[in-house]
Amino acid sequence: MAKFEKASSIGEWLDQRIAVETLKKVMQTEYWIPKDINFLWAMGMVLAATFGILIVSGIFLLMYYQPHVDHAFDSVNYLIMTEVGYGWLWRHIHGVGASLVFLIIYIHMFTGIYYGSYKRGRELIWISGMLLFVLFSAEAFSGYMLPWGQMSYWAGMVITNLFSGGSLEAYGLVEWIRGDYVPAQAFLTRFFMLHVFLMPLMIIGAIVFHFGTLRIPHVNNQEGEDFDYAEAAELYKAGKVKESKVIPFSPVFLSKDVFVMGVYFVLFFYLVFYNFSFAMDPVNFDPANGLSTPAHIYPEWYFLWSYEILRPFSKDIGLILFAISQVIFFTLPFLDRSPNVAPASRRGLFKYWFWILLVDCLILTFMGKLPPTDPTFASIGLVSAVIFFALWIALPIITKLEKKL
Amino acid sequence: MNKELKIFAVVAAFTIALYWGVEPFAHSQMHAHVDGNGLVYDGKADIAYTSKDKVKAKKAFWADVKTIAALKGDVTAGEAGFATCTGCHMDGAANMGGVTPPILDHAGALYDKNYLIALIKDPAMAMNTDHKFTGTRTHPMGSIKAMMTDNQQIADVVAYIKAKKAGEVTPKEAYVESCGRCHANRYGNSTQLGETPKFKYKKDELAYQIKVLEEQDLIKAYMGKIPPDLSIIYRARSHHFLETFIENPQSQLHGTAMPRVGLSENGMHKVMAYLEETGDPSKPARDALGPWVLLFFVIFTILAYLWKNSLWRDLH
Ligand code: HEC
Ligand code: HEC
Ligand code: HEM
Repeated sequence: MAKFEKASSIGEWLDQRIAVETLKKVMQTEYWIPKDINFLWAMGMVLAATFGILIVSGIFLLMYYQPHVDHAFDSVNYLIMTEVGYGWLWRHIHGVGASLVFLIIYIHMFTGIYYGSYKRGRELIWISGMLLFVLFSAEAFSGYMLPWGQMSYWAGMVITNLFSGGSLEAYGLVEWIRGDYVPAQAFLTRFFMLHVFLMPLMIIGAIVFHFGTLRIPHVNNQEGEDFDYAEAAELYKAGKVKESKVIPFSPVFLSKDVFVMGVYFVLFFYLVFYNFSFAMDPVNFDPANGLSTPAHIYPEWYFLWSYEILRPFSKDIGLILFAISQVIFFTLPFLDRSPNVAPASRRGLFKYWFWILLVDCLILTFMGKLPPTDPTFASIGLVSAVIFFALWIALPIITKLEKKL
Repeated sequence: MNKELKIFAVVAAFTIALYWGVEPFAHSQMHAHVDGNGLVYDGKADIAYTSKDKVKAKKAFWADVKTIAALKGDVTAGEAGFATCTGCHMDGAANMGGVTPPILDHAGALYDKNYLIALIKDPAMAMNTDHKFTGTRTHPMGSIKAMMTDNQQIADVVAYIKAKKAGEVTPKEAYVESCGRCHANRYGNSTQLGETPKFKYKKDELAYQIKVLEEQDLIKAYMGKIPPDLSIIYRARSHHFLETFIENPQSQLHGTAMPRVGLSENGMHKVMAYLEETGDPSKPARDALGPWVLLFFVIFTILAYLWKNSLWRDLH
């Protein structure tokens, strides 16, 4: 057993037992971050903060929510919105947060793509990030079921139907997922479990893993420069902060994160109070009704791009492409054959690849919400979906051709 | 710094484009835009969208309404005529042909003058549901056509209603009197039978529930379906949709069973206020709290900026 002496302060007492000083060094004051970064590198902490907000607001909602098909709708829309003190505030925060988290995830992802932060040692950062994306998608979808409105019911119907596998007609699987022939009590209860327990648990695990994967390769920087961290850290510690290429995570980098979070929170709470319907679809304020299909069924905005990949094709092909689009981003570190870690602007054809991908995803998103009956929009959707896959096929080729910088 | 602002501008531009595409643009494409008629009841839309064989009858009907509207009504004479109405429209009235006639205590404030004239002249035409009442089927208020045939009498009754039944009306009264006979509002604690009382004994409560179900069965037989509960309709539909829908349901849901409710501007205002009260009750609290929370985060951001600057000043 280690030797324990009488501690003269709480800090010392804790240090003897759980080495808080070392922890502080490892995780804060000597966790080195490159200096040459911009506010986009704050998005990770913004995500962590938003996740925290979602957890806290979710706990408050959980105290009054009732996962029963006859009571769920009113427990949310009446009990929480009317009777519970500030219940409306927690609900709006939770709804807006769930939507904004995806906006930030997308910004965070495209930042990674732009700066090539997914290769040369950073593959696992990317893969764990994609894992978070998938888990967040499941979390958002399961949460969307809970108010048991028209969109909960019908989106639940449509998405679980996908598991029948088109012509495979695996309806047994669909029923197994639903626990019934149609979305009903069993369905609601299991999605409730997923949303408040299993998914958050896995997300927390994945966040820890994601943070862990960052430690050894360190985060990338604006020029994709590779330098000796130990040397740079020594310079910093020696007081030559100007010459050093690194800064400690806390408090220096964190102070910038906090500033960026501040700007983000102003937007966040503006939306919570004054403009929330983008995150809380009006159709979901009609109670679930299995006998009346809504005129338009569409997912929340963050799923629209992949929904649009599903729609324009025949049943089976659409399903296969949809499945591929869900996982294709995982393969990015391996499809990119170029040795360069640099911003896209300096990477020849990849520069165009990046911007086309971004705009294409945006157009897919637009088209995903429009009624499929309009032939112009349907063709734009089809073309964008084809471009999406063409880009992924082209990626290994154009990156192979890329000149080494 | 300059570079960061440029990057921020790019991110912001894409975010705004994204928002535009999935919100205003998508909604403009998903829902046909319907213009209201400014709560003027002249049958314009009814004539435009009816079947060919009915155009003439509708034109003639609304021309008559216009003629009657030009007559000078006599309030005193109208009082006697109004007694015809209260034969059906009274407190505690029973269901009649599918619905319970509403009380008319605030009819003068709630309904438009021309609409009232049209309603007395021919309820089905006024409500734009005449297509439903063919053959032997008659509108529940249809007998008024035979009871009140004289144009001057109609003008008198309407003048009376506009003068004597136009007192101050609360949002709740407006809702109960103009929508309540068909639509429940459980967040407002009302059914088609009005506000649900509190019961001491379970037995009485169940007996009351049976009465509600019976009333709903009658409404269903008349309308083809039970009209939706309007508790939270205010968040499920846009304000514009609701206003144009109430003014002329056929314009938004073609062939719908819901009759026109000829609300005046004041009536519409009050009904919407009630729908907002039950459907979006946190609006006043949001407006009160919002500015303070935003102010807090603006100050937070400024302080964070100063802190960041103090730490980063010597780095470059
Ligand atoms: C035979 C019984 C009867 C008589 C007489 C009668 N009504 Fe009605 N009235 C009804 C019924 C039933 C309704 C509900 C009809 C419906 O919702 O389809 C109604 C509805 C109304 C409405 C609501 C219309 C709307 O758009 O929602 C008004 C206003 C009204 N009556 C006014 C009058 C006036 C004024 C008179 C006298 C001139 C009158 N009624 C005479 C039975 C009657
Ligand atoms: C005479 C019965 C009747 C009255 C009075 C009535 N409604 Fe309706 N309403 C209906 C019926 C029936 C439907 C269902 C229509 C359908 O689905 O086609 C309906 C549907 C609605 C809808 C839903 C439309 C949609 O998009 O699905 C709204 C909103 C509505 N009514 C509002 C009102 C308001 C507000 C009032 C009072 C100003 C009112 N109604 C008075 C019978 C009525
Ligand atoms: C809620 C989910 C997530 C959280 C909390 C999170 C958190 C973080 C944090 C704190 C960082 C370091 C700071 C930064 O560069 O922003 C980071 C970096 C990174 N994340 Fe995430 N992240 C999440 C999701 C994702 C997703 C979905 C992806 C992409 C698939 C991803 C890919 C990356 C990459 C590539 C880096 C390294 C950036 C670099 O080296 O410059 N992350 N993440």
